[in-house]
Amino acid sequence: MKTISRLFAALVLLFLLAPLLVVVPLSVSSAPSMTLPIPGLSWRWYEDFFTGARWLLAARNSLLVGTLTTLVATPLGTLAAIGIAIGAPRARLLLASLCLPVVVPSVIAALAMYLAFIRVGLANSLAGLVLAHSVLGLPYVVLTVLAGTKQFDLALLRAAASLGASRLVILRRILLPLLAPAIGAGALFAFAISFDELIIALFIAGPEQFTLPRQMLASTREFLSPTLAAAAVLVSLVSLALLGGFALLQRRRQIGLLPTAASGPPRRTDPR
Amino acid sequence: MATTSNAASPPGLPADPVPRTRPLARLGLLLTLPALLLVGLALLLPLGLNLATAIRDPELAATLPRSAALLRQWDGAGLPDEAAFAAVADELHTALEDQRIGGLIARLNFERAGMRTLLLRTARATPAAPVSMALPAIDPQWSDPATWRLLRRASLGITPLYLLRAIDLDLTADGTPIAQPAGQGVFLTLFARSFAIAIVVTGLCVLIGYPVAHAIAGLPRAWGRTAMAFVLVPFWISILVRTTAWFILLQHDGPVNAALLALGLIQAPAQLMFTRFAVLLAMVHVLLPFVILPLVGTMRRIDRGLLRAAASLGAPAWRRFAFVYLPLTLPGVGAGALIVFMMAVGFYITPALLGGAGDQMVSATIAGYVNGSLNWGMASSISVWLLLGCGLIVAAAYYLAPIRR
Repeated sequence: MKTISRLFAALVLLFLLAPLLVVVPLSVSSAPSMTLPIPGLSWRWYEDFFTGARWLLAARNSLLVGTLTTLVATPLGTLAAIGIAIGAPRARLLLASLCLPVVVPSVIAALAMYLAFIRVGLANSLAGLVLAHSVLGLPYVVLTVLAGTKQFDLALLRAAASLGASRLVILRRILLPLLAPAIGAGALFAFAISFDELIIALFIAGPEQFTLPRQMLASTREFLSPTLAAAAVLVSLVSLALLGGFALLQRRRQIGLLPTAASGPPRRTDPR
Repeated sequence: MATTSNAASPPGLPADPVPRTRPLARLGLLLTLPALLLVGLALLLPLGLNLATAIRDPELAATLPRSAALLRQWDGAGLPDEAAFAAVADELHTALEDQRIGGLIARLNFERAGMRTLLLRTARATPAAPVSMALPAIDPQWSDPATWRLLRRASLGITPLYLLRAIDLDLTADGTPIAQPAGQGVFLTLFARSFAIAIVVTGLCVLIGYPVAHAIAGLPRAWGRTAMAFVLVPFWISILVRTTAWFILLQHDGPVNAALLALGLIQAPAQLMFTRFAVLLAMVHVLLPFVILPLVGTMRRIDRGLLRAAASLGAPAWRRFAFVYLPLTLPGVGAGALIVFMMAVGFYITPALLGGAGDQMVSATIAGYVNGSLNWGMASSISVWLLLGCGLIVAAAYYLAPIRR
């Protein structure tokens, strides 16, 4: 029974990963069409990507919007998570409101934002895209940092206060260092959300604001060149780098904190 | 948090000597304010505006302000007076000359086909007084009270028309809702298809994801980490990249067909692209990690002692599963299923890239109204019904399914 269940799981995991691997050989194929097996190796599609004005613009936009989104969502999400952790009233309601962007179907959020942004001149602008992506990334920062606050005893803060530390000192010398891995993980999350996002970009971004996903979608609609596969590989490499950073931060969070928190039984309180 | 929630001391006991809860509560609320402000301004306010857009009807009052005022005063019986005729003729003419008649034409033609011709023909003419005699000579529709009542309704500023059209209803000449002729409505089919696809995908994800999560949760630590990496890598890779991968794989002369041909399973390349099968396959592939991840977390937290206790009390394997293990995992199932359903129902790219005309979902239609025909009222109305449908389904699932603790 156990063997069958593990075999099934292995097959499903293969199903999850294998389709992604197929893109790699296609991106280095010397053939101008996406067929397997590939006749020979060639870097021309990567060359295409790095010399194509539209791809470069999209890459620049994606990196810029992702970075700015991280810079907006991370501080706001961190502050909110700390606020909830130290006992803001109606914590469940607060958390639910902050998590709303995850629950609203993205096409509805995208339409609503487009209709609102077009009235204030934010449609077809990178600023509008950053604002929208920040809202989308915010819940992930809040949840990650909030989980981080559960890794240590908040009595530390009271101990510091009773020893005369001002609130600013508590924040800078105790809270932020303890939360740093969680905040870092939240920031990576926010960047990844923005880097991935397509639906809002579809509504809000004009051709000048095309992000990589938007440009990829545009190119599936045209002549299907392996440059698309090259772009997919490059985008995936960025995603994997983010995942690697995330895993690294999580490991640090587990061993770098107070022994009481790390070795104690996992808390039953659900962050939701 | 348990450490800070003792705001009020139990009666009979001395109050907390250090009243720390109140100021921290205020500080805590203060810290959440910027984030709340962001969500409020950039999501809640737009969602409210979206609702307003679904019923807003500003075109007639903006393009023909004097006519709108006169029509609003008119009681709607028979035909309006000479002043209204004159105002409409005059303002239509000016609006055409100033090239700002397009919005009004689109609005009225959307409600009744043929209004475009009527409005343009009237705007080009310069009728002599009495206008109430001249206009019907230009087009007999001006002597039809239904035309005037339509204009009067359009002058009110709000309309149920878009919301009604979005669920295959229409307005009669005197403004009561009526079902559209059979075979003409497309939106109920669209909603039914979107919700059906989302429910099927959610069901498949839970059915496949549950045993996989169970197997992963039972693995030894090192193997468990490797297995989780297999789930996390696709989870972090862009949905578009994953859809694109299927787009490449399922092409007519693509790898899947090549493999099936080589294995001799099929004689000629199968039509895989633009099918419901392709849409479901790719959607399950994209959304499966969203079920597996929370479920593995839930299953790992389950106290194995409970299962041993049940076994020692004589419960057979199926009873231990059905009455101990399954109920404990239901919160994880609920969380995963909710996320998958919400994402699936609003899916755009996967059906757009892999599906045929009969597999398109609500999102594509909404995007079409915004990018194509610029009909914001319809786009908003469809999204309002979609949001309502999602809310109802989630509420029903929440109250019917035993996922509450």
